[in-house]
Amino acid sequence: MGLEEKLPSGLLLTSVEKAAGWARARSVWPATFGLACCAMELMMTGGPKHDLARFGMERASNTPRQADLMIVAGRVSQKMAPVLRQIYDQMSDPKWVISMGVCASSGGMFNNYAIVQGVDHIVPVDIYLPGCPPRPEMLLDSILKLHDKIMNMKLGKNRQRQITELEAARLAMPPLHTMDLSAAGGES
Amino acid sequence: MSIPQAPPGATDADEEAAQGRVYTVSGEDWDEFVAANEAGDDFAGGEQLVLNMGPQHPSTHGVLRLILTLDGETVDEVRASIGYLHTGIEKNMEFRTWTQGVTFCTRMDYLMPFFNEATYCFGVERLLGIEDRIPERAQIIRVMLMEFNRISSHLQGIGPMGMELGATTIFLQGLRLRERILDLYELITGLRMNHAYIRPGGISQDLPPGALDKIREFLGNAPRLVRDLRALIDANPVFIGRTKGVAYLDLAGCMALGITGPMLRSTGLPWDLRKSQPYCGYETYDFDVPVTDTCDAYGRYIVRMDEIDESLKIIKQCVDRLAERGPGGPDVDPVMIRDAKIGWPAQLSLGPDGLGPSPEHIAHIMGGSMEALIHHFKIITEGFRVPAGQTYVPIESARGELGAHVVSDGGTRPFRVHFRDPSFNNLQSLAALCEGGQVADVIPAIASIDPVMGGVDR
Amino acid sequence: MTAGPEETHGSEAPQGPAPGESSGKLPAKLGEERLEAPVVRSGMFGVSTTGDTSGYGRLRVHQAPLLDTPRPYGGYFDTIADSLGMADAIEHVVVSHGEMTLYVKRDRLLEVAAKLRDDPALRFELCTGVSGVHYPDDTERELHAVYHLASITYNRRVRLEVCTPDSDRHIPSLVSVYPACNWHERETWDFFGIVFDGHPALTRIQMPDDWKGHPQRKDYPLGGIPVEYRGATIPPPDERRHYE
Repeated sequence: MGLEEKLPSGLLLTSVEKAAGWARARSVWPATFGLACCAMELMMTGGPKHDLARFGMERASNTPRQADLMIVAGRVSQKMAPVLRQIYDQMSDPKWVISMGVCASSGGMFNNYAIVQGVDHIVPVDIYLPGCPPRPEMLLDSILKLHDKIMNMKLGKNRQRQITELEAARLAMPPLHTMDLSAAGGES
Repeated sequence: MSIPQAPPGATDADEEAAQGRVYTVSGEDWDEFVAANEAGDDFAGGEQLVLNMGPQHPSTHGVLRLILTLDGETVDEVRASIGYLHTGIEKNMEFRTWTQGVTFCTRMDYLMPFFNEATYCFGVERLLGIEDRIPERAQIIRVMLMEFNRISSHLQGIGPMGMELGATTIFLQGLRLRERILDLYELITGLRMNHAYIRPGGISQDLPPGALDKIREFLGNAPRLVRDLRALIDANPVFIGRTKGVAYLDLAGCMALGITGPMLRSTGLPWDLRKSQPYCGYETYDFDVPVTDTCDAYGRYIVRMDEIDESLKIIKQCVDRLAERGPGGPDVDPVMIRDAKIGWPAQLSLGPDGLGPSPEHIAHIMGGSMEALIHHFKIITEGFRVPAGQTYVPIESARGELGAHVVSDGGTRPFRVHFRDPSFNNLQSLAALCEGGQVADVIPAIASIDPVMGGVDR
Repeated sequence: MTAGPEETHGSEAPQGPAPGESSGKLPAKLGEERLEAPVVRSGMFGVSTTGDTSGYGRLRVHQAPLLDTPRPYGGYFDTIADSLGMADAIEHVVVSHGEMTLYVKRDRLLEVAAKLRDDPALRFELCTGVSGVHYPDDTERELHAVYHLASITYNRRVRLEVCTPDSDRHIPSLVSVYPACNWHERETWDFFGIVFDGHPALTRIQMPDDWKGHPQRKDYPLGGIPVEYRGATIPPPDERRHYE
């Protein structure tokens, strides 16, 4: 990306990371990707009662080129999936994805031929937000968690290491249905 | 087409590049250029541009894709491509019981969930033959919630309409009022959207204590807020300039295209199913059907705003009736049909782990009555059976005639449910509204149809 | 699966065909004909092996016969039937739940629709849409297209139903009579495979353009995937145990 990517690891890099993270988190520009019911709650989050503007996010970027955050709000149909990927590809780094609602996170109640069972089949997701639809307060909570994540995002060599560590942790997670539930008393 | 010539002084490279038109950069030749363009014979005397207003667009009211063929600023052809939100709801409902179907159909047209639920439940109730046995209290609450939904849907149509025309204040003012209605939904049904509240046989739970006072409070504030909104928009010269005379569709066009709802009422015809083919007790309420006769986007906006006022009238009448009836209760004034084979058995109440059957109900089925336990078990696992047949019960939703064609084969699951959604039908008229006009008029045209892509694509 | 609702007049012995209606399918003895009809559902609760202790395992439900509603229909339905006439174009008429369904022969559909729209006594100006239904058990009449018409002038409603076999899925398009049917017919083609002859542009509308198959047919799977939870995997809705 920029100069900050080429800085060697060390005190300078961590200071730059802190500053860059702080700045990036404070003015995330969402790409308008409201699809279905969750889009209505997304719009209400930008409304006067739950104000998205206090996080610097009221300027929704209609063009993905200028957007940082893609909030996939709503069910993604098979026809819409390539469009979604195209919009995601057009966003420039650094970019984040919140999959808002259960339909975007996992296909939701629509376990059928028409809906992509989770938008993480198509784009990498940073925050999964359940709810059908999630309340505006829940969306704000997820945005704050994303801000947390952005602030702690590392740059350059540190980022490579961070990515490797995160990936190893996820690969080491056991699948859900083989999880040991003896503590909870369920079947394993 | 004449063989393109490189202008004098051009180099060999320029000549080789002269496969099409050659434009110099010396300037001062704009008039020649325009004349040559108009005289040329690639399509209809000018260059046509095919523009894709793709599914991701701030102004298309959802995932609607428009393929516009433009001649300069004039729209020659507009084709709407839908299906980007197709969810297979109708097929999904075939694999769930009749009551579970409500949770699916409510997410169809997500701005008017009560209307979706209502038309489906009316269809199921007609097949069951229990239309006249639905408790009166349930009918009143259904009417009240449907009218609230009409208001919130219109606000969510007018708000983005303003935003798309460039006026974000309209959006925020509309949302200000809408938030209060969503708070009332949350108070009564538990959810802000997609409520699954209207169920076959009645409604899922009664009004909580204090709900009528909150609704009265809202009714006290709403006229002022609506007046503020209208003061902002009605006589606004920019709004009028962008919507008057735009997207014209007269009565013959509406009839040919099967258009109903505010679009039809803006042509002067007062066709409203609440008046002509009343359901749910609408014939007992006192309200008017607002009509304009300008057939344009502005007329449709006025119809919608007037409908908000009429809906507030109806809600007031509902509140008065409910107050007369008293606090209600499952034995005194039920909200679910008293038929053990059909009515949802449990009185729901909020417990430590969420919404569920009330402790009294659990005590009754576990200790009191074996039949109650059996009915409870059968209705919840298997669902009730609906006699074979088909029916179509249309209602007047916020966008037009919404009807569910319900087909049953006698089982516990729908055999086929098809929703005739007004947005799906009305969106066909987009070509008639936009072709021949300017490209900037496409936006108010779509906004005046007020489509909701969830209903269009289902 | 019955092709239409049962008549509302109970189980009285059906009379011979009344003037103005075709009724080639009226059975002489209801019970016996029912036994000869194909079996559409057997058992209950989806269990058919020795695991079934309910006693319903040997239940066999036969296909209900196609019944005509005898005259008079009641309300304004008689006026519609009389003004329409065209007895040879109507296969049978069913009046139930306060609604009237005319089963129209598919090659006469355009005539019937044009008459319903133009005749001054009928004036069904609005066609609110086409709905497709797939009855896999109704041999030679599997695919039904259901049209709902509304008359604003007289405040009436009527339903037209056209049946077509799976082997020859063609129905004439009503777009020339009711342009509103344009997208509805495209949707019915998309979901059921019924080809509407004469439609200006019969293409897929809801599914992606290169989709194979017609999703809302009964032989098309729901297409879900099994879902992992902590401690269990739940199969998709169409593969779960259910109670019929």
